[in-house]
Amino acid sequence: MNYSIREKVSNFNFVLPALFVFSFFYIIPFIFTFWAAFHSGDFISESKWIAFRNFSEVFLYDKQWWRSLLNAGYITLWALILQNLLAFSLALGVDKSIRLQKVYRTVFFLLPVLSEIIFGSFGKLLFSSTPGVLNNLLKSLGLGGLTREWLSSPHLSLNACAFLHCWKGFGWAFIILLAGLQTIPEELYEAARVDGANSFQILFKVTLPLMIPVIILVVILTILGSMQGFALIWAFTGGGPAGATEVPVMRVYTQLTDAHRGGYACALGIVLGIILVIFSFTFLKISKKLKKV
Amino acid sequence: MRKFLVPSVSCCLLFILTSCLPKPKVEKPIITIWHWMTDRQSTFEELAKRYKEEKGIEVNFEIFFPPGVYSQKVLSAAPAQNLPEIFGILGEKKVLASFVKGGYVLDLASYLEGEWKEKFLSSALLNTKFEEGNIYGVDIGFYGIPIDLMNIQFLYNKDIFKRLGLDPERPPSDFEEFLDIAKRAKRELGVEGFVCGWAETWLIYCLLTNYAFNILGEEKFLSTLKGEVPYTDPDWIKVFSVFSEMREIIPGEILTMSNKEAEQMFSAEKAIFSFNGSWGINVYERMNPELNYGVFLPPKIGEYPVKIWGGAGSSFMINPNSLYKEKAVDFLKWLTTREIQVYLAKNTNNLPSVDLRKEPINPKLDEFLKNKESVTHPDIWPTFEDSRVIEEINRQMQRIIIGRTTPESAGEKIQKVKERVLRE
Repeated sequence: MNYSIREKVSNFNFVLPALFVFSFFYIIPFIFTFWAAFHSGDFISESKWIAFRNFSEVFLYDKQWWRSLLNAGYITLWALILQNLLAFSLALGVDKSIRLQKVYRTVFFLLPVLSEIIFGSFGKLLFSSTPGVLNNLLKSLGLGGLTREWLSSPHLSLNACAFLHCWKGFGWAFIILLAGLQTIPEELYEAARVDGANSFQILFKVTLPLMIPVIILVVILTILGSMQGFALIWAFTGGGPAGATEVPVMRVYTQLTDAHRGGYACALGIVLGIILVIFSFTFLKISKKLKKV
Repeated sequence: MRKFLVPSVSCCLLFILTSCLPKPKVEKPIITIWHWMTDRQSTFEELAKRYKEEKGIEVNFEIFFPPGVYSQKVLSAAPAQNLPEIFGILGEKKVLASFVKGGYVLDLASYLEGEWKEKFLSSALLNTKFEEGNIYGVDIGFYGIPIDLMNIQFLYNKDIFKRLGLDPERPPSDFEEFLDIAKRAKRELGVEGFVCGWAETWLIYCLLTNYAFNILGEEKFLSTLKGEVPYTDPDWIKVFSVFSEMREIIPGEILTMSNKEAEQMFSAEKAIFSFNGSWGINVYERMNPELNYGVFLPPKIGEYPVKIWGGAGSSFMINPNSLYKEKAVDFLKWLTTREIQVYLAKNTNNLPSVDLRKEPINPKLDEFLKNKESVTHPDIWPTFEDSRVIEEINRQMQRIIIGRTTPESAGEKIQKVKERVLRE
């Protein structure tokens, strides 16, 4: 269909208000973030051009920033493997015509609806050692030897964060994967069964290949969501002990609010954004190649 | 096309114009106050009602919580010229200095002259006062009115003292005795030796500076901030060792514990000692009215006097660009009258900012006030430590607490950051 210039401008007119709101609330702050990253000061009374000094501090001196990225990467790895496998298995189970199918769907989707702050506070009750739900449970099961001070060890507290993050987040992956599974025509399964395929073969030869676009979407969303996690861990450990569970967004936040270093916080935000964009594009490229294979 | 274009562009322009226009002048003045003090909102509302009855002026207390959110609200409202008549500023003195330099805070020096200034306790006005030649480059003046005071000290549970066969009226006199009692409490009664909300890392820095004053003395401590004494100095190692010595008496998860959780633990009598501010009086009274506790200065290690953080608890600032700034000053004058301060102290259990001697309020307030001569605060030091160094100090102290580093190694790492900051 050919549109005249007049019609095109007229159509553009319809999106103008939305474009204006988008520019006002997204593009201007985006440009300001870049401007601020090259300045020092608090932006209330003064700001000073310091060129790339904020960025050089990020790359040369701020070890805690890179540690926070590693922490987020570790949590992301847990989420990619444990959370998504669990979500896929449950979605497969619920996709079939089983009893109480709707109840299961609702239950699995309850957790993502909960506030991250509430979930983080619940995590504290669970993992606390004074006395703590988990430690009490282990003791009552006769597994007293497995009780730990979960939140005082850097390694254990990071694992506890990863566990909570997966527990909270698997519902989203579950819903998206379930929606993907329901788009696969039943005839394909029937045809496979007629051809003598067993459940295992159906999963690997029919379901998984057709689910690849959905799985790619879930993986990208998991990476972006986990790398940008904040509220749950903030409420759970506050980034402690000794920064062992600090994640990048938390570092940006504390630099902004506690240290009052707005420019530096913006520089950290930009570096995080660039890393995530590179990650996502690389993964998209790889997945396109995988699809061809 | 014009049919659509004109209304759309007009809407956009209208949106921009209305959001940029100043607030219209209201015939009846309303004083709006922004604050973060959830525990005081109902008392503030009562006072607002009373003020309207007495003076006929409406006062509107608006609360924003948690404090981090409040800070962001104020920080973003200032450059947008959206500050209310009265507001508080959270954070270090350099934040207040920025607001003053930006022209967002009224200098109250001329209003305070005479009677009003005389009412306040000596330490009350120091936090918002800028003297000649201050390092922040702010004009001399008073930029805030304290509505209450605070200080942070050690607390001990008197009932647990009794259970240990100790005199409940005699808190430990030195650090060794403090450690012994805490260890005994842990061993014999199964309660924690010491709790504090160290997930809020400023409390770590607060305790550290208390002992820095005690071990290094004020002069040497301030010289460190200026970069003249390194953090690897043996006296500093002694200060850092306080945290390694406390490892045996603290709960494992102290570094992920918020101050609210530490307060819950102390009020539930699950710990014998705590390090908390005078705001805790109100918190403990709500959580456990039966809690029998005493207050004492951090137990001494060094030869110099122990100093504790204190001074103005919450201060209110006035927006110089407000149409009703004079009315706002009048309101703050009213808020700091003896009668209203007694009402505030009785209802919120916070230390009053004006002298209320001979006024029976709460014996716990008197206990906190008895050490008011030992009070200091980063806001009144002639110099300040860079936030990057403070961050490194807090991280290294946490690492000492979890046994991941030694005081010596911590000192070296902190000094490295300090040297980098000094080079800039």
